[in-house]
Amino acid sequence: MIGEVLRLGGAVRGRLALSLLAGTGAAASAVALTGTSAWLISRAAEQPPILYLMVAIVAVRAFGVSRGALRYAERLPAHDASLRILAAVRSRTYRRLERLAPAGLAEHRSGDLLSRLVADVDSLVDLWPRVVLPIAIATAVCAGTVLVVAALVPFAGLALAVTLLVAGVGAPLAGWIVARRSEARIAPARGALSAAALDLLQAAPELVAADVDGRELARLAVLSSRLQDAEARSATGAGTGILVAALSSGAAVWMALLAGVLAVRAGGIGGVALAVVVLLPIATHELVGGLAPVAQQITRLRSAADRLGGVLGRPDPVAEPPEPAALPAGPYGIRIRGLGARYAPDGPDVLDGVDFELGAGERALVTGPSGSGKSTLAAVLLRFLDPSAGSAELVAPSGPVDIRQLAGDDVRRVVGLCAQDAPLFDSTIAENVRLARPDATDDEVLDALRQAHLADWIETLPDRLGTFVGESGARLSGGQRQRIELARSILADRPILIFDEPTEHLDEATAAALTADLLAAAHGRTAIFITHRAELMAAVRPQATLDLARRSHGRDAAASAGGAAAVSAP
Amino acid sequence: MTPLDRRLLRIARAAVAYLLVTILLGLLAAGLAIGQAALLADAVSSAFLGGAGLDTLGGTLAALALVLAVRAVTAWAQDASAHRAAAAVKTRLRAAILERGVQLRAGRWAGPGSGEIVALATRGVDALDAYYARYLPQLPLAAIVPVAVVAAIAGSDLVAALTVGLTVPLIVVFMVLIGRAVERHRRRRWQALTRLARHFLDVVQGLPTLKVFGRAKAQVASLERVTDAYRVETMASLRIAFLSAFALEFFATLSVALVAVGIGIRLVEGSLDLRTGLFVLILAPEAYLPLRQLGLHFHASEEGRSAMRAAFELIDTPAERLRAERLRAERLPAERLPAERPTTLPDLRTATLRVEGVTVRQPGRALLAPDGASFAIRAGEIVALTGANGAGKSTLLAAILGLAGIDGGTITLVADDGATMPLAELDPRLWRRHVAWVPQTPFLAAGTLADNVRLVAPGASDVAIREALDAVGLDRFDPSLELGEGGLGLSSGERRRVAVARALARDPALLLVDEPTAGLDDETEQVVLAAIVRRARGARSMVVLVAHRPAAIAVADREVRLSARADPEALDGTAAA
Repeated sequence: MIGEVLRLGGAVRGRLALSLLAGTGAAASAVALTGTSAWLISRAAEQPPILYLMVAIVAVRAFGVSRGALRYAERLPAHDASLRILAAVRSRTYRRLERLAPAGLAEHRSGDLLSRLVADVDSLVDLWPRVVLPIAIATAVCAGTVLVVAALVPFAGLALAVTLLVAGVGAPLAGWIVARRSEARIAPARGALSAAALDLLQAAPELVAADVDGRELARLAVLSSRLQDAEARSATGAGTGILVAALSSGAAVWMALLAGVLAVRAGGIGGVALAVVVLLPIATHELVGGLAPVAQQITRLRSAADRLGGVLGRPDPVAEPPEPAALPAGPYGIRIRGLGARYAPDGPDVLDGVDFELGAGERALVTGPSGSGKSTLAAVLLRFLDPSAGSAELVAPSGPVDIRQLAGDDVRRVVGLCAQDAPLFDSTIAENVRLARPDATDDEVLDALRQAHLADWIETLPDRLGTFVGESGARLSGGQRQRIELARSILADRPILIFDEPTEHLDEATAAALTADLLAAAHGRTAIFITHRAELMAAVRPQATLDLARRSHGRDAAASAGGAAAVSAP
Repeated sequence: MTPLDRRLLRIARAAVAYLLVTILLGLLAAGLAIGQAALLADAVSSAFLGGAGLDTLGGTLAALALVLAVRAVTAWAQDASAHRAAAAVKTRLRAAILERGVQLRAGRWAGPGSGEIVALATRGVDALDAYYARYLPQLPLAAIVPVAVVAAIAGSDLVAALTVGLTVPLIVVFMVLIGRAVERHRRRRWQALTRLARHFLDVVQGLPTLKVFGRAKAQVASLERVTDAYRVETMASLRIAFLSAFALEFFATLSVALVAVGIGIRLVEGSLDLRTGLFVLILAPEAYLPLRQLGLHFHASEEGRSAMRAAFELIDTPAERLRAERLRAERLPAERLPAERPTTLPDLRTATLRVEGVTVRQPGRALLAPDGASFAIRAGEIVALTGANGAGKSTLLAAILGLAGIDGGTITLVADDGATMPLAELDPRLWRRHVAWVPQTPFLAAGTLADNVRLVAPGASDVAIREALDAVGLDRFDPSLELGEGGLGLSSGERRRVAVARALARDPALLLVDEPTAGLDDETEQVVLAAIVRRARGARSMVVLVAHRPAAIAVADREVRLSARADPEALDGTAAA
């Protein structure tokens, strides 16, 4: 991940080079200001004609002006470049998640996901302006100063080089070694707190209703103080780096003074240069001291990158074919032979030896008790999950195609899902329905909503189609949410449509009315109804049925819920 | 933006000792810097002009070594103590944010979502490190140290002291002026960040749905658009934010240059000696250093301060709104203090819960739902609430729990002897202790099945948990079974049954169940309904069911049909949220 961010720097190298140039100039100005001032004062003490000092006076003033200006010129392009890199990193991360979801992220806690994806991806933005560029600038200016000092007093130059290495490399290293263990403690502590906090807030109504919110808050306070402990320990580590840096900076000044005094006595340098030799180390160490936070940044970025790698490096739940077969023309039937499915390679079989056939335009009824793998079957047909055994085929007039030979997106152009508990996005009703077909007009959206029996209700809303649904559709009832999902499916208009318990949350009268509309929506399509509601079962009049109950394998079958969750909602 | 926010200071009390130590160490460091400058100036001038060697400078070198070593240790201690201060303050803030967050999410108040609150309590609060560990301790130092340094310089060279003494206030003025402009941009940047977090979470959580409709890949474009907007807003803010740093650095370095040139000229004129000149030259930057660091820390902490504004908005402002809402929810006479509330309930085995004409105005929807709901229930009875979607069935349950405010009607407990006690006058905590609630979408946490039962039934014994699970037909499940996030590992029907089981395990006098058998097959439905009936008939609980299916309605003693009605007061559109 870090390598990737470094490579992405290539795309914005112009901005980065500009920043490097200006930054080096700014840092060099600061050091040169000290050096020329020291020389000016020392030379002035010999009281030469003032004309002899004019060059030095001009130089001192110039360095005094250039530093601030160059520093400003350094910062803007660096931050602009890093934010451009961030956009690229973020969309790459999303592309990877898109391949993993939903089956490959099944066990991932979303509170953790939030904290990881937003915070970790965002922290990578610091790599160039807070790590790479400061190191490059400091290295260039330090090397130059060491050469100047060494030319005057070789030993002072050597001492400066050594102490700069200690301050610039040794100090951060010392700080890093001490802080590494604490940092390793901070990240999990923060993750645990974040996940627990999201649980707490999502469960808040139930917890308050049960009068146990105080207990859960106390539990969270323990996690929070664990985080505090980890942070306090990390602070001591960062301080260690500061100690080493300050000691080496002191040593540099002290040794420069010692060597300088000896050199003046020995006639190695004129007295005029003594102040330069003594003051340059102070300015240079001040520059290197500014690098102290860099080491902490490196540690932080590395653990963020590791965590990101942990999520993004998971295996794909579905192997996309390298050269997907072309999608044959419809209409489509379905043929399933000896199908098995499981969520982890070494996990239990959720489906095992399922045979099933459905002609184009026919209706099927899939039944079975809770946990018999009904939703897992849907996951396989939607190409969210590869079969572990057997095959699932789309039967087109031109012949059958194994869905593993098709791109997942192509399969989902044919197979649609009307899920239960489908999430709503924090947007308007119209946008939530329109995501099923982005080019749909308002009239088409409204028509889909009408078929889902929501039109009357929408008339009562203050903003009609433009009404916001709230986070996770919080302002809608369960039945209304289910109907919006149905409206999406109607609008999406897929040749094969899987209804996953579509009338589950609806009251009798509405469900009865809806059943007729469901069948109307299913008309002309190949439809699979997953249900255990008697009235829907009775109404479907299926050409094919699949009863997964007979295939239910005791306890193992209960694990199929992973399927239900994976298909319907994270 | 004032450089100092009172509310931040209030929270800083958690770490006042650490902060004081940090400031004292900063003052010590400034004193040491003055000493170091004097020693260096002395040594250089006597070696250069006086031709002194190591024999005469030995004492100076030893003293210098000591000063340098103590300076190093001081810097280390200052840093460690500052970070501890920040860690303590952050813990306090997190607690305050989460506590208020729970209250907000439990009620039906519009406000920040769960993800936003978590982001605020973790990332937002972490952004405060820079404020408490760096900026806050630097503030008094920036006021004291320049004065001390200028005084030290004035003792040797009045002209240089005047130069420094005039530029320091100039810098402060510039910082304040530019700081005001920066503030607006900073706020915009924080809003962009929050929008970004919310958008990203929404998209990632909705990935399965987006994939079903083939829209997942298309989200990349919207993600990039949002991120790019973030970049543009951030750059606009930085362009101004860096201006203030520029002014500071510009004036600080320029005045050091001016001081150096001035000293040089006066040395040539002979009105100043080298020792003094060097002392002033070395010391002059130290006068600007605290200000420069203050500016640096101020900008480094800007994100934290914005996060804190959001945090305090959450913690403070809604307090008024919450109180108003709660008054409405509980119909509490304003003059009646909570201390005067009844501390005991009537005997719930013989009392009647009476709901009379309860009406709730749905926020943001021009709808009264329920509209005038009435029923009464005694121990051992089952009432089924029915009605079309949106008729206010779930809202009525929330009103009985005291989670939703009511806009008309009353909910009263009537004791055996006829004494009445409006729920609004009760401490909701006292009342809720006797109530169990199965919401429409129950929350299951990652953890064992037993953990999930104990989440709302903390006192439940292992035996009680086993019995509760058996009662709802989960007899095949081991209570130690580990579930994933949101109850992953169970089907939605099984999750619902766990929710019913844990409500039973609370041993409630009143059981509120929202669609207990949704997602269950007929056979399992019968098992769950039987458990609920046993609860009413055997354990003599009151049971209120929200029911859709005939089987569930059939077990009830009475069916209460709820209905909604357009809100007449909302016709002018003012009720639109």
